[in-house]
Parts: sequence; C-alpha cells; structure tokens
Amino acid sequence: MGKTKVKKMLFILSKATIENVYAAFVMANGARMEGIESEIFFTFFGLEAIQKKKLEHLHVATVGNPAMHMPTMLGGLPGVEALATKMMKKEMEKLDMPPVGEFLEILSDSGCKLWGCKLAIDMFHLNKEDLIDELDGILTIGDFYSRADEDGTHLLFI
Amino acid sequence: MDMNIAGIRLDVTEDGYLTDVSQWNKEIAIEIAKAEGIELTDRHWEVLYWLQEQVKNEVALSIRGIKKSGVLNIKEFYALFPGGPLKVSTKIAGVPKPKSCI
Repeated sequence: MGKTKVKKMLFILSKATIENVYAAFVMANGARMEGIESEIFFTFFGLEAIQKKKLEHLHVATVGNPAMHMPTMLGGLPGVEALATKMMKKEMEKLDMPPVGEFLEILSDSGCKLWGCKLAIDMFHLNKEDLIDELDGILTIGDFYSRADEDGTHLLFI
Repeated sequence: MDMNIAGIRLDVTEDGYLTDVSQWNKEIAIEIAKAEGIELTDRHWEVLYWLQEQVKNEVALSIRGIKKSGVLNIKEFYALFPGGPLKVSTKIAGVPKPKSCI
C-alpha cells in the first residue's frame, strides 16, 4: 500500500452525463488500484448509470457546458449531443477506457461497493430488475453515512 | 537509489521498482514479496512470468487488460496481490510501475 492517509473513498454520483459518470468511475477504480477502499452511492440522475437499459446510452452535456466551446443554441440542435458523445467515446476507446457496463463489472470485481439510493429509486419508480446485477444493495443516505466508519474516510459528491 | 535485496545491491526507483529488469531473479522477487506481506505460491509465479512477458511485448498493463487476459480475472488478481495489485505485482516482477489510470 502507498503512503496515503486516505483509507476509504465514498462517492455520491448524482448526475448521468458521461463526464461525471467517468469521473466517479475512474476515481473509484483508481482508489482500489492504490489499495484504498471505495464505494459509489448512485442517486437521482446518477441512477441512469446503473439501469440496464440506459447505462450504455449516456451522453455528454453540450448545453450549459462552457468547456464545450460551442454556442448554447448550437448545442441544443438535434443530433449535436449525439455527435459530441460519439466523438468523446471514440477518444475514450483510444485511451482504453471501458464502456460503462464493462467499467461497472471492473469496479465490482475490484471490490468497489455499488449502492442504489432508496429515495431516488422510489421516486423514479424503479425495480430491482431495472438495475444492474452487480449492485450490492439499496441504501438510505443514513446507511451510506454509517459506512464512513473508519479514520481516513472521504466523501465526494459528483 | 540503491537497495540491498537478497544480499545484492540493486538500482531501484524511489518507489522501490527495479530500474534494470536484467537484475531480477527469483530470490529478489521472494524478498520484495515478503516486504509486501506476500508469500509467493505457484500461482503467483505464473502471473509474475505472464506480466514480464506482457512488458517484454510492450503491452501497457492495466486492470482492464487483466479482465481481458484470459490468464486470471480481476478478483483473483486482487486476492493474490492485496493492496493495489497492479503496483504490487509489477514491483515483485521487477518490471516498471504501470502508468495506467484504469
């Protein structure tokens, strides 16, 4: 193990744009690669990343994202978001970044715990069958906080 | 940086990785593994030799690569080399520290 004082990383993923989902996944997986425990709590739109039917269809945000260097009006035209997403996925594949489904398998196999938020799951009327098989369970935020049970635990909201 | 491993003076990086792969031998691997709290089994050796082969063939090592390898799966990799398997296994195998983020 490295010299880091970080022992456990807890992520709350509340968004479903590709850039946010990958940020959480890369950091959670990176933690495991360093011998740090990691867990992800999927809530609100973050739940899209663990819905079997939706997880491979996430998009990059072209509207309201100044870093796209694209006029907001243009970003909202039909097909622009899909095109930008396709281009980004191509670049990610070049860097050997796995698609969302495969990334979730890697995280689960690496010992990263994956949790669904009870409140958001109820709100979106989702059933267990809608969610990936790798999911470790459905928790309340209180349950999730109780997992921050050791020194050196950090919580990150994405 | 110099380091004494298995009674031999070796050149290593700040993180303890051998800088010259040709200096590697089984005794050195056993010593590095011990320092990482790992007792090497036959299965460990298979994986270590496979890692060296990958590096020789200039394959960039990554966790995704382990999943695709057909040699071992990610769960076994973590079980064999606890506490950061890619970093720990490459150190024992005497190959450079992987630069992969995934």
